[in-house]
Amino acid sequence: MPNRNNNDIKLSCRNVWKIYGGSPTKYFDKKKLFINSDTLNVVKKLRDDGAIPAAVDVSFDVHEGEIFVIMGLSGSGKSTMVRCLSRLVEPSHGEILLGGEDLLKKSKSELIDIRRHKMGMVFQSFGLLPHLTVAENISFPLRLQGLSNKEKREKTSRVIELVGLEGRENSFPRQLSGGQQQRIGIARSLAVEPELWFLDEPFSALDPLIRRQMQDEFLRIQSSLKKSIVFITHDFLEALRIADRMMIMRDGMVVQIGTPAELIANPVDDYVAEFTRDVPLMRVLFAKDVMDDNIEVEENMQGVQSCDSVEDILAQLSKNTKGVVVFDDGKAIGVVTPKSVVCALSRNAEKVTTELPPNEVV
Amino acid sequence: MSLEIDNEVISKQYKPFISSILWFSILALTLVFIALRGKAPWLIDFPEEWVLPIVLVLNSFMDRIVEFSGEFFRGMSAALEIPMSAIRSLLSWLPWSVSFFILVSISFAASGWKLAVFTAVGVSYILGVGLWIETMNSLALVAVSVPLAVLIGFLIGTAGFLYPRAERAINLTLDALQTIPAFAYLLPILLLFGFGVVVGLIAGVLYAFPPMVRNTLLGLRRVPEEVIESGLMSGATEMQLFFKVRVPSAARQILLGVNQATLAAFSMVVIASIIGGSSDIGWEVLSEMRKARFGESLVAGIVIALMAMIMDRITAGFANRKPADDNFADKPFLIRHNYLLITVLGAVIIYIVSLMYPALQSWPKAFVFDLSGPLNDAIDYVIIEYANWIVLIKKWAFFYLMLPIKMGLEQVISPYSWGFQFTMPLKLAYGATALILVILAWLRGRQSSSVMIGLLTIILFFGLTRMPWPAILLVMTFLSWQLSGPKLALTVLAGLAYLLLSGIWPEALLSVYLCGIGVALSFAIGCSLGILASEFNAISRFLRPINDTLQTIPLFVLLIPFVMIFKIGEFTALLAIMAYAIVPATRYSEHGLRNVSHEAIEAAECMGCTRWQLLMRVKIPMALPEMMLGLNQTIMFGISMLVIAALVGTSGLGQMVYIGLGDGDFGVGMSAGVGMAVIAIIADRMTTAWSKKYEENIGGKIN
Ligand SMILES: Nc1ncnc2c1ncn2[C@@H]1O[C@H](COP(=O)(O)OP(=O)(O)O)[C@@H](O)[C@H]1O
Ligand SMILES: [Mg+2]
Repeated sequence: MPNRNNNDIKLSCRNVWKIYGGSPTKYFDKKKLFINSDTLNVVKKLRDDGAIPAAVDVSFDVHEGEIFVIMGLSGSGKSTMVRCLSRLVEPSHGEILLGGEDLLKKSKSELIDIRRHKMGMVFQSFGLLPHLTVAENISFPLRLQGLSNKEKREKTSRVIELVGLEGRENSFPRQLSGGQQQRIGIARSLAVEPELWFLDEPFSALDPLIRRQMQDEFLRIQSSLKKSIVFITHDFLEALRIADRMMIMRDGMVVQIGTPAELIANPVDDYVAEFTRDVPLMRVLFAKDVMDDNIEVEENMQGVQSCDSVEDILAQLSKNTKGVVVFDDGKAIGVVTPKSVVCALSRNAEKVTTELPPNEVV
Repeated sequence: MSLEIDNEVISKQYKPFISSILWFSILALTLVFIALRGKAPWLIDFPEEWVLPIVLVLNSFMDRIVEFSGEFFRGMSAALEIPMSAIRSLLSWLPWSVSFFILVSISFAASGWKLAVFTAVGVSYILGVGLWIETMNSLALVAVSVPLAVLIGFLIGTAGFLYPRAERAINLTLDALQTIPAFAYLLPILLLFGFGVVVGLIAGVLYAFPPMVRNTLLGLRRVPEEVIESGLMSGATEMQLFFKVRVPSAARQILLGVNQATLAAFSMVVIASIIGGSSDIGWEVLSEMRKARFGESLVAGIVIALMAMIMDRITAGFANRKPADDNFADKPFLIRHNYLLITVLGAVIIYIVSLMYPALQSWPKAFVFDLSGPLNDAIDYVIIEYANWIVLIKKWAFFYLMLPIKMGLEQVISPYSWGFQFTMPLKLAYGATALILVILAWLRGRQSSSVMIGLLTIILFFGLTRMPWPAILLVMTFLSWQLSGPKLALTVLAGLAYLLLSGIWPEALLSVYLCGIGVALSFAIGCSLGILASEFNAISRFLRPINDTLQTIPLFVLLIPFVMIFKIGEFTALLAIMAYAIVPATRYSEHGLRNVSHEAIEAAECMGCTRWQLLMRVKIPMALPEMMLGLNQTIMFGISMLVIAALVGTSGLGQMVYIGLGDGDFGVGMSAGVGMAVIAIIADRMTTAWSKKYEENIGGKIN
């Protein structure tokens, strides 16, 4: 992970609360917390009042060009959280800083402007307009802005190409498969060239095979666009594949924030450990994690990329028992051998099952 | 805590016992009332001195309104007259060939070749029987009232959507508007707007806008949250969100509203010609029927049915229209969406051509076929050939079914009707048999059946219309209390009190009697058909188009075939009611049975259920709540047909509405119309409560 400094923070969420129902104004309004007892107490009081605390004192930062994943079981407040970030849901309390300015202080028209130019969002069940064709759906945000036809066409065809929907421009959403419908959703959210990209369980409604394919596609798109992303999922493996950093939520509360490797190495409590326990290490460990950099590179060795998963290189490894070369940015950085893989796997397996003291939580 | 539970157990155990004791006391009391009827006739006939002057109040209220705002309404009437007559003259001025072409190409645009052919055949029939002008006159009324109804309905629906507080009021008003029979609408309209075509127009609008409101509301409310959020995230302003996201997403539902509104408007327009009729198709049917020229009436009736079907399929076609196939836009420009262009161009060309060939202008007389002659002959043939049968059926239905329920076996059984005298020993035997059945049922633990048998034997013996009103009040109130609780009981009691105090009790009983028989038979037959249709696909396929047609065509047309054969009278009315009310019973039972969860069926099959056991033990019990919903709808359909059936001679509330209409007596017509609404509401609430109770008993909703 490259070192982060505060300058490249794109979006910052500070002590955000969202309470459904009840009368939370007893406890705080947008600006002020009235009760200074600890969080758990407030949550308990709220529950007793019949209110639903869907986001509880949530704070995190999203850096420039980073994929920030929010992971949690259903009902843990992920959707609520991401909707607070775009103010589709009005937070009950807290600050959301976008480029240093508080989003919650923006007027209606300013907000519309921000959504038109800075944000894009992808929805779990796609949220497409059934009466519009693929192309019309994708250019819908552009149409709302009143862009000229030429501009619309240019921008639309660019994103259509990006998601690989060429040739289906004039179909209607219902004529397409789920995976393709979500491509429309993705294209639409990118049409305005947003800086911030929100995805709320974008692949959860898809078949496992398609889901994997879409994840690859998503990573490919991101590698060229470098957006700042908040990605929601309830699938821990998906989170591991995609995340630069991730946040685990439970009952509206933040449980742990960190990189996937940090989470696997140091789960903060049993809840997180429960997720990491079943993690197939071969899938989350990459070539660079299992290579041996003391072995000489030989002439006729095959090569793999440093970010290929162990699972992906197994087949090659079985044919080349002497090892395969690991490249990073075109440079050979080490060699993976069957022995190095076994060593690395046994080392990590131990790490996961023995409880280490929790790292500092961000 | 444990004490409470004990109490509950005890009360659960004794509750049926206590309630049947109460029930039998009520039955006994009923018998006492009947025994006293000689000394106290007021127990049967509600004394006139107790009747409140509701009719007078209504009339003076209406007079006031007419006095104060008559000018306004007449002005409105005059204003509406302008577009009305413009469209009317346009439609009759257009050469038939042009209208023919336009109608066919609209049908094609709506749903393709099949409908286009259907429309072409239908319109040819209308031309061929020489009823073109009448048809165009009715169409003009529809053409003006539907857009108005759609506009009003959409606006109100939107208001209801935007202001949830207004919604309740809107729903209540719509409920009231839809339960009051169509005829009753005509009265105030007639008084306010005066005679003329505008009456049909206004009635059409009033009758047609409620379904539009409901569908608009439903459609707007059902737009998925994510679609709205995606609109917001695209940066939509409130206006954009409404017009570019919500409305288009709700378009299908809204168009279904247009479909329902069109059919409603048309059926009202047809009915309204009874008062404002001026050479339109409804008038044609009615006047011919009154002259007993059934062939002519049937010919015109078929025109109405065809028009309704064509309008239904066109509007439904637009609502359900899907893009033809993938990559729709790659198709040539003209096929893609410019149906409009083709239609206009074609119409202009045909118009120019028709200027040269007068035969294309107005349909040549030589090509008008008089179908009514052969039809009359055929009808006469049937009536004469099967005269014995017809008489027999009628007589049988009268003496063995209708009259006993109406007047009671006590009065009906005579040597003339049943072939023997209802002597004292026979009466005693009847009573004894009934008593034994009641006791047997009771001993087998079927308390409610036992009460039911007791009640039915009493009604059958003395006649429904001769039941003491205090007994009916008691029975109904207690029943509704048991079904749901004090609130329903109070509602029912208030409704019955209205019927008594407004002096329409005897008519109400007559209506209940006729409608009750019709509904019971329809429900029995409809459920049997529904069961058959759910078991055999072929039967389902056969019944579906018939049901669709029966539901589409204006009620009025249904009368014709029955009047033809059985002449006017209660029996004909009964048949007409049944023809219409069977539809929902069939539909709901088939739907309910087909929707029984597959897992339950498979589980039962694994346990070795035979097909019969599967049906009786699994499917029907599980489908019962939906079948009861069907009963509810059957009753509603029956009641709405009752008013129309009054045209062929029934004596009840329907007839009263009709009389009020004929005499321009708002009070009489309206009090009877409200009476029917009251009966409909009571029936609705009670069947709903019953099905809810059933669902609760079997532990929540199934499926
Ligand atoms: N509009 C709402 N009104 C009331 N409660 C809500 C609403 N939306 C979500 N909730 C509640 O907030 C909690 C978090 O929901 P959500 O954010 O949708 O969770 P997730 O997306 O993680 O499944 C749930 O308990 C849910 O029932
Ligand atoms: Mg969610």
